[in-house]
Order: sequence, then structure tokens, then C-alpha cells
Amino acid sequence: MVARRRLIKRLLMGAVVLTALLIVAATLRRRTRIQPPQQFQAAYQANAFAETLQNVNQQVQATIGEAELEWAPAADNLTIARRLSLALVGSGLSLEEVQTLAQVKESDQIRWWTSYLLEDRRWSDYFADRFSRAYVGTNDGPFLLFRRRKFNAWLSQQFSEGRAYDQIVSEMLSAEGLWTDTPQVNFITATMDDANEGRGDPIRLAGRVSRVFLAQRVDCLQCHDDYLGNVNFGSLDQPVDGAQTHFHELAAFFAGTAMADPVFRGIVEDEQEYQFEYLGESETQVVAPNVPFAQDLLPDDGKPRQRLARWVTHTNNRAFSRATVNRVWALMFSRPLVTPVDNVPLDDTVPAVMDTLAEDFVNHRFDLKRLIRLIAESDAFRRASRAPFEITEAHEACWSVFPVTQLRPEQVAGSMLQACKLTALDGSSSIFTRLKAYGDTQDFLKRFGDRGEDEFDGQAVTIPQRLVLMNGKLATENTNSNSMTGAASRIATLVEDDQQAVQLIFVSALNRMPSETELSKFVVFMQDKQGNARRKAIGDIYWAILNSTEFSWNH
Amino acid sequence: MHRRRMLTSIATATGAAWMTRFAEQLSRAAEGAAQTRPKSLMMIWLQGGASQLETFDPHPGTKYGGETRGITTSIPNVQIADTLPATAEQLHHATLLRSIVSQEGDHERATYHLKTGWRPDPTLVHPAIGSVVCYQSANNLEIPRHISIVPGEWPARGGYLGPSFDAFQIGDVAAPIPNLTPRVSEESLTQRLDVLLGTLEDEFQRGRLANLNRQRTLHQTATENAVRMMSSDQLTAFDVQQESASTVDKFGDNAFGRGCLAGIRLLSAGVRCVEVELGGWDTHINNHELQSSKARVLDAALAATLSELHARDMLNDTIVFCGGEFGRTPQINPAGGRDHWPHGFSAVLAGGNFRRGYVHGATAANPESDIINRKGNATVDPQKITENIVPVPDLHATLLRALGIDHEFEMQTPVGRPLRWSDGQVVTDLLQS
Repeated sequence: MVARRRLIKRLLMGAVVLTALLIVAATLRRRTRIQPPQQFQAAYQANAFAETLQNVNQQVQATIGEAELEWAPAADNLTIARRLSLALVGSGLSLEEVQTLAQVKESDQIRWWTSYLLEDRRWSDYFADRFSRAYVGTNDGPFLLFRRRKFNAWLSQQFSEGRAYDQIVSEMLSAEGLWTDTPQVNFITATMDDANEGRGDPIRLAGRVSRVFLAQRVDCLQCHDDYLGNVNFGSLDQPVDGAQTHFHELAAFFAGTAMADPVFRGIVEDEQEYQFEYLGESETQVVAPNVPFAQDLLPDDGKPRQRLARWVTHTNNRAFSRATVNRVWALMFSRPLVTPVDNVPLDDTVPAVMDTLAEDFVNHRFDLKRLIRLIAESDAFRRASRAPFEITEAHEACWSVFPVTQLRPEQVAGSMLQACKLTALDGSSSIFTRLKAYGDTQDFLKRFGDRGEDEFDGQAVTIPQRLVLMNGKLATENTNSNSMTGAASRIATLVEDDQQAVQLIFVSALNRMPSETELSKFVVFMQDKQGNARRKAIGDIYWAILNSTEFSWNH
Repeated sequence: MHRRRMLTSIATATGAAWMTRFAEQLSRAAEGAAQTRPKSLMMIWLQGGASQLETFDPHPGTKYGGETRGITTSIPNVQIADTLPATAEQLHHATLLRSIVSQEGDHERATYHLKTGWRPDPTLVHPAIGSVVCYQSANNLEIPRHISIVPGEWPARGGYLGPSFDAFQIGDVAAPIPNLTPRVSEESLTQRLDVLLGTLEDEFQRGRLANLNRQRTLHQTATENAVRMMSSDQLTAFDVQQESASTVDKFGDNAFGRGCLAGIRLLSAGVRCVEVELGGWDTHINNHELQSSKARVLDAALAATLSELHARDMLNDTIVFCGGEFGRTPQINPAGGRDHWPHGFSAVLAGGNFRRGYVHGATAANPESDIINRKGNATVDPQKITENIVPVPDLHATLLRALGIDHEFEMQTPVGRPLRWSDGQVVTDLLQS
């Protein structure tokens, strides 16, 4: 009796395993779910697109020529596609996506892929998260008054709809209402902690506005005039040294930002004046709102925050468009055009390419997608990160090679999850898959660490980070030879030829084919291994790839 | 197989150049271990805002004193709360500071302020004091030099010094350290590191930036260090079971107590800063009961820490700080709780040249009602309610002096801004002359 039960149990188990394998096989071989975007070429034939692109390329070329350096060769399409994926959705390509891309005409692949990603909700969600960090930081913020998820969702919706960036920023700066039904007001409420007694914090808001929207680090002016020559609100010819008054006049635009009474009306404007005692003065004085430069662009009418919003986003306020170009460039290359990302001089010492892109951005209704397309099309973005000559820091500085930069933690998590799935982890994935991916990502980030607001600061790899990648749950689960869902075991089951298996692993995890040396060494590593030993060998290869420099560094 | 032998076998059997280099580092580190001991820091962190009135600064029998009673301590004529009887007997080892004043009344901002000595600043993230201690000394350990045990939401960070100065975080030391154990056999690990990873690293470096690992990624170096830690004998410092049962019991049968004992072992092994956190002090309701419950856990561990450091002759080399981000209001709210109060709160300082058996500062037993109603508001003039105030920057300057670090040392931050370790003044009254 017992023996019969055991037999039935084994048969049932066998049936379950067989069914699972059939499902896996069907998934791997099924027709791709990815539908190419229609009319993707139209955006590239838009007004003056080619002209701006040509200018950008010529200006980068001129910089390289002046430095007496040379271009690295062009990168292959798959490498560029990986950079785009990392920049726009925070992970590498899935095997499914690589296969789909291969079906597109080679000369169209990058445009097609860029357009595909920009139409994917993953892009707007991902960019919303990146921009939100700059707008409101990564702290929890005041309890109840600050709703990060609502703020991010609102931002994502604006990006997804292709809303003009100046309008998005203008709304954040001038919005009134409740933080739940007017999510953009969370830009203000993020600063309303206990010490501010129901008012926005003018100091923190002035600091944020100047750094994020104007790329001016003026925080030192909060306490004293600039005595180090770091802040110049004029030009090279006519410098205007930063003064304490500049900061507090900017802060004064937020003096009347307060919680309504009754509270359900949310944030409103009242008549409160801004008062401050300047360094060396003995009395507090009323400070009138004013802007630190380009005062002629500040309108006279409207509420203080509305006036500020119109000034910040004015088409002639070069600081705003430059700040945006620098941030988007940084997201594309993982390195800003001007470092740090939130401190771009007002004068003409910035790279010429910044103003070319900024001008195009302003002239084409502050279109973020167009700006992304221009950068993705540029020669700089399409260079290889290796060359037949010796690469130095100088080559990276003038963008003649693509810089090697460390992936941010969320990119490592995204790439790991994607590398270990053969199909794309996107909006069409099942709710269970997405929930698990979300949980795994949060768990990974908790252990791996999060960079907070300083996303573009070059940072060293830490020991805990290496331990998480070597021995952590995510890497272990996905390279385990007994896992039913990990890519390692799926490839081991479905691909009998060792050479093909190695190639498949490389394409899935690194989005490239193995070199001859890698292929031969790894095939030898798998040689004569059968059954569980072979699955384990494939798991070992996956582990090594996930732990390699190449996997954790953009190139 | 013994951990170190396993590591050596990986390095030599496979002939991996970078692993062999690492094995050489091991022997050099061992040679340097016997040199003089620099001063180290033990941060006993009370997250949430421990009430000074229910711990180190009771005002029994007054309008705001609540139910807490005072007990005598080993410092003549000095009482602390009756919630801390064991600590009272060890107080002669320490300076009791009753007049810390902060400008931050929000948990996150105040924690940053106390841990770094600076108020939050959108332009840069300042390093926690433990990170500064590590930055100021050479690294000759196989395990991290900055460790946070049972950390809460805001463990110590390296700030502008970089994440390599972040505290290495672990939970209850009764459990194994996460991610430290290879998930495969020694043979498999050897193959993964050498045959597979080595091939990939060689390929990636080809044609790219010269000295890619050394000048840019440090990826392989971090891998070496991680493997070194996985294989280190120094990991036994985390294992409190190596201590006698009576010693373990003295610290209390809980994660915090074990953390404090492990902290002593880690400092003894050469770690420069250990932060052990006891959370749950945010008692907006039912203050007396909740603070008393937390104080019981603190009492055993703090008393045992002071007595063990003294017994092991480590107190001269170890600076102890015990405190949190702020105190709690004198006024008891209608829910029986106390709210945030940064205008005069307490900490225990011990070790190094901190005075022994000394009390500094005092808070008013009956502060003016218009002041106590301001609660966490930073505009209150603390001079009206606290004597001999010690602002947070001054506390940091003093801690750095006690640690043998020049608090006026000027760092060049990554954005080119020169910044001192601390902009406070050393409170010389707290230190032995």
C-alpha cells in the first residue's frame, strides 16, 4: 500500500515537472509579445532634428580635435541598445527583446528601440523616480503631508503623455491644493516638517529650486556672501558675486506658502512677509521676493510662486534649459556634461553642445522625448567604450569614447532580475511576476544600498555590495540549478548544445555574444557534464557573469 | 576546512594573480596587527528620543517629573532615574551630560545632526563620526572597521567620504552575518572566481581605460576584500558565545545586549567604531511605561558595557557615547506621553580622557510654560531652561578631541568646498586636563 502511494506520488510529481517544462518551452519559443511602435521614424524627421544633431556632432568633434584626440570606433547596435535600456528603464534587455530587435532592419534598430522604450510605461515611471529624487529628495518627508507615490505617479503621467517640461515644473512651483488630489503640491509639502508650523520651508525650497531647476548651487549664500568666488550670477565679462541677499530674496517667494485653515483646502498663499537678519546686521528686516539674475524676465503680476514659476521656465532663462539638458545627459551617459549635475555656470564656459541642445529644447516646446532622442542619436552616445589606442580620462572627458560608469543600485537590481528571465519584465508581465520583481528589488536595494539624491556621484564598490552579489538571495535563487524559473535552469533544460547554451547566457545577461576566448573556455568548462552537473555548470557561468565588472558597469 | 586555509588554497591552487596578491595582503595585515591601539568609538544609540526625565535627568516630585523616582549613583550626590539601577552603580566611570541642545526636532533630521555634528544640508551629506574615525586611520583589518549592529532606519553613513565608510550593518549577532557564507562548495567557488570570473575580467579590460580596476572600478579589489572577509578568523569577534554564560547574561538576553557585548569584542579586535541601536523611545503616548520598559533593556547592557570595558582595561582606548537624537518634553501630554524636545537632553560619555564621575549641565525642573509649549520648535532660547548648554556641534568637537582627532582639520569635499570635521568648540570642562 505504502509502495503504491509512493509510486502515485512520484508519478504526480513527474507530471508536474513535465507540465512545467512544457510551459517553459512554450514561453521560450512563443511568438514575441513586443509590438513595434508605428511611425517611429516621424520623430526623427521632425522640424530641425537633423540640423541640431549635426551641430551636436560637429561641436563634439571640434572638442575632440582641439584636444588632439581621436574617436573610438562606433559601438555595435546591441551595446547601444543596452545603454538605452539602462538609461531609460533601468535594466538590460531581455532575451525576448534582443530577439525582437534582431528582426528589425539593422539601420533602423536604434531608432526603433528608442521609440519603443519611450512608449513603454517603464520609461515614464523610471524617469519620474529619477527626477523626483532631485525635486523632493529621498527622505520620508512629513508624515501624512507628503505622498511620494502620488507625486511620482503624477510625474510619470506627465512624462508619459509627453507634456511640455516647462509646464510640469511650473505646476510644481505654483500649485495650490491638497497633496492627495493635487499631487504636484507635494513638491511644497515635502518641506513642511514640525519646525515650520504648517508652512513651506522657504530656505529648503530656495535651495531646491536653484539646484534642480537652475543648476545653481547657492546654498552657501544662505549664511554669508560668497567669498570663494564660487557663485557668479553675471557673465565672464561682467561677474556678479553671489550675496546672501540673493538667496533670501529667492526664498521670499515662498514666504506666503502655508497650510489652509481649514486644512482640507491644502496649500494656499497668504500675505506673510519674509523676514531675515542678515549677517552683520543687528535687526531683522523684511525681504521682498526677487530673482538672482535675469531680473528682466520676472513678471510683475501674479502671486509670488506664479511669478517665480514663469521666471524659472521663461524661454530666455538659459539656466533652466541648461539644467534640464545636463540632467537628461547624465541619465543617458550616467555622467553629466558639466559636473556636478546641479551646478552649471551661467556664463559661456560650458561645452557648446549644452547650449545647442538647450536651444533645441526651448524651441521645441521643452520636449523631453525629443531631447532624449537627440542624445541617443549623437555620435558621442554611439561610440564604443574600448578602442585600438590607449584610452585615458581625457578621451572620456571630451566624449570621444563612451565613459565606463558604475551602474546605480536600481540598475543593478533591474539588470539582475531581467538577466535571469528570458522574457521582458514589463507591463505585460503577470501581476505575480511584477509583484515578485518589486519585492525582490526592494529587498535587494535594502541590502545593496541606495545612493539617495546623489545619483551621479562616482562611488566605489563596497564590500557589502560585493557580498550581496556573490552570496545574496537574488543571485543565489536565479543561478540555482534546481530553480524552475531561473534562466540558468531553463537554458540548461532547453538547449542541448553547450556552445549555444553559452551564447544564450551571454546574450541574456550581458546582451552580447561571447568572445572566442570566452566561448572556448566556457564550453570546456561545461564539457562532459550531464544532468544536474550541467545545470550546475550553467548556474556557475551565470553567477560569474552577474559578479563581473562588466555586468555592474555601463559601457 | 579552516577559513584561511580555504582562502589560501583558492589563491594558490588556481594561480589567480589577484587572489594571490590578496593572500600577501593577509600576511601583511597580520604583521601590523600588534601595533599600538588608536582610540575607538562605541555609539550606544537610543533611536526615537529617550526621555531625559525617565533616564539620566529625573526631576522627581516636580510638576513635570511624572512617576519616575530618583536613585543614588556611584557619583556622590547625583541621582538618575530609578529605571536604571545597574547603570547607577557604574556611573563613576562616566561623564553625565545633561545639557545637550539641538536645533532639530524631527527624527530624521535630528538623527543626522547628532550622528554627524552638522544640520542636514541639501548640498552635501556629512559623514557620521564613526566614518571620520575610520577615515583618519589606516585599514589593517579583514573585517569592516565601522559596524552598525541592529540598525534602524538611519545607520551611520560615510557621506561625502564615500560609501566605503558607511557602517557595515548586521542584525542580532545571534544569527549568522548575512551573505557571508558562499552558497556553493569550496571547489565551485574556486572555479567561479578563477576560471569563469577571471576570464570575464580579462576580456572586459581589453582595450579599455588603462588600469581600469585600480583607477576606476575597484571591482576586483572589492571582490578580494569580500572574499578576505568571508575567510577571516576575525569574524569570531562577532560571536558572543565565545564569552562565558555569566558575561552574556550580564548584558541581557536580547539583540541589543548581545550587540553591546559583540561591540566590545569587535573593538578589541581592532574595529574603530561600533554603533549599537536600541529603538522604540518615541513615546508620544504612555510615556512612563514605555520608557521604563526600554530603560530595563538599556540598563543591563550599558552597565555591563562600562564595567566590562573597565575590567578589560579598554576604557582608556574606547570612547563611549550613549544617547539619542533629542529628549522629550517636560510637559506630559493628554495621552500620557511626552513629545520631542531638543532644548536640553542627556547623554553618557565615557572613556579616553572624558572625566570620570562628573556631571555637566542641568535642566530646569519647572521651565517656563511659554517655552515648554513650543515643543520641538527650534526658535526657543535654550539658555532660559538649561544651564551650561552644549550644542550638538560642540559635543562633536569634544568627542573628536577625545578620539585624538583634530576637529578643525579641513577636508576638501568632492565639490571642492573646504570643510572642517566640526564647526563646534571643544567643551574642555568635559575632559580631564
